[in-house]
Amino acid sequence: MAAQASFIGQKNKKEQVYTDPWHMMNEAPRTPSFFTGSEVIKEAVRRASCDIMVAYPITPQSEAAALCGELFAEGYIGDYFRGESEFAVMSQCAGAAFGGARVFTTTAGPGTMRAMENFPMWAGARLPIQMIVTCRGINSPLSIQPDTLEISYLMQTGMLVWHAETAQDFYDWILKGYMVSEEPDVHLPLALCCDGFFVTHTKDMVDLTPVDMCLPPYDPYRSPVPCMDMECPPVRMMRDPFVMKSNYISYATHASWQQEVWAAVERSRKHTIRWMDGLIDTENTDADVIVVASGTAVSQSREAIAILEEEGIRVGLVKVKTLRPWPGEEIREATKHAKHIIVPEFNVIGWLAREVSATVPNNERIHAGPHVCGGMTMPPEIIAAEIKTVLGVKAPSLAGRGG
Amino acid sequence: MTTSYRVMPGPEHFLPPSAASMGIRLPDPGQGHIHGSIVSEEEALEEAARQFLSAKVPTIFPGPLVLWAWNDKAAKKAKAIRHLYETIKECVDSSCQHAMLIPMPDYRPKYPKINPEIEINPNHPNLTIWHNKIDACMFVGVHCHQANLSLKIIRGGTNCYTIAMCAQAGHEDAMLSVRDATADKIIRLADWVKKLKGSVAPPAKQSV
Repeated sequence: MAAQASFIGQKNKKEQVYTDPWHMMNEAPRTPSFFTGSEVIKEAVRRASCDIMVAYPITPQSEAAALCGELFAEGYIGDYFRGESEFAVMSQCAGAAFGGARVFTTTAGPGTMRAMENFPMWAGARLPIQMIVTCRGINSPLSIQPDTLEISYLMQTGMLVWHAETAQDFYDWILKGYMVSEEPDVHLPLALCCDGFFVTHTKDMVDLTPVDMCLPPYDPYRSPVPCMDMECPPVRMMRDPFVMKSNYISYATHASWQQEVWAAVERSRKHTIRWMDGLIDTENTDADVIVVASGTAVSQSREAIAILEEEGIRVGLVKVKTLRPWPGEEIREATKHAKHIIVPEFNVIGWLAREVSATVPNNERIHAGPHVCGGMTMPPEIIAAEIKTVLGVKAPSLAGRGG
Repeated sequence: MTTSYRVMPGPEHFLPPSAASMGIRLPDPGQGHIHGSIVSEEEALEEAARQFLSAKVPTIFPGPLVLWAWNDKAAKKAKAIRHLYETIKECVDSSCQHAMLIPMPDYRPKYPKINPEIEINPNHPNLTIWHNKIDACMFVGVHCHQANLSLKIIRGGTNCYTIAMCAQAGHEDAMLSVRDATADKIIRLADWVKKLKGSVAPPAKQSV
């Protein structure tokens, strides 16, 4: 942190003071503000000392991308431009990060999928780019509505993947995300995901840090790979081994490289636990039934738990904050007393339930669902009904809902 | 996460795992690790000195961050590394030990092969280790990613004891690591080598 420390106390061109990040996030006074998730993204980026933001419009992140353009106009971002496509945006982000810039971008749904080739490349090149993913449907027929399926693809890229529940999470995690992902032993891109519309387009009270404080700038000299060395991997991608050679040592080097990316994900645990106060949040883990959820499904589960409590049914909750690193040990510990583990999700495949199933012993305890997708809401009542069904308690049918 | 895994000299496996994936965690400031167990920095420096003194071919691999005088700190570290090398050379038994200083000047994959007598390359570090029969080595001034790449390959295919003197957070893929390296810390390691001279049994005398 030596180079960053040398900036602390100095002012940037907008008269913001480069502030010790721990003080800024944990001790500085907060101002309650009523904002949409998109506006919250703008306010976090205003304080993030970003060098560059590359934008491309795709619902539901377009508003955040446009608001970041305003930040550029106001002088809070070093550079800002629109890419030719999502693939171009992510490639341009890579170029900027290779050059030593702190980079921010946003995407969603089909845009995430179109740019997918870049994400394992970012991770392999150890580029600490931050990408907001405002999740939406990715399948055909086209949907712009909330659906978290794209997260399951991001989880295999070597990126850090966090799943925000609220606008407050979003605000704090954007700023904390840079602190974790830029650690030299981590130095990986971060996909900071939320459920589109539910978080981006609804207003919520968010406690903001002072506008005259900002993060210290990114220090590219702490990178675990040389900054923009055109002669060496990862910048030099082709012609040389390991791409074009077929021999044991080329394969071994490449394998070791991939292992190192995932080792860096593991190393992020320590920093993430410190900044985020753990990889999960828990409530009532001594209950027989525990809901394990991430993103907006956590909020809906809280409502369901409140409904059930009124009926005398006690249910615990595990809020999964980070998907990569995966909080396996924490989930095992939190669910060790549970007879039933309910995993509600906003996607058709149930990727979170799969992850949890691969994590906990006696995974017949896991009930994958309820699932909604394609933009459907998840009324708390259907989570409550699922829990009642599991417990053998009669639950009213919700099939006629919306009729 | 508790783990029984220990980071030991190999050859460990066709493709050894990363130590981080086996639950080995990096030290905090003021600490080091030996075989994955967290120890005080001083303990780690002392053990590193012992490893140098008991090896047949104790070797330092300085990387680009200290080979090029790109700032004052780098130049200062380079001098400290030279001092460490000279100290090791003075303190070992030249009849059965041979200290070496072999640079890792860059990270370019070089084919058909590097010259292992004059350099080490992170993409096939085992060639230099095998060729020179190096049984204890220290990485210093190597970018963290490249160091970990090499340290895993070395653990996989050789029996070399690896030490990493890191300017950042340390290396769990080395058998021993110290973090936040400075020129002063490198000189402290040289002091440990001097202090332990004569108290560490050299390897059995044989040609090296």
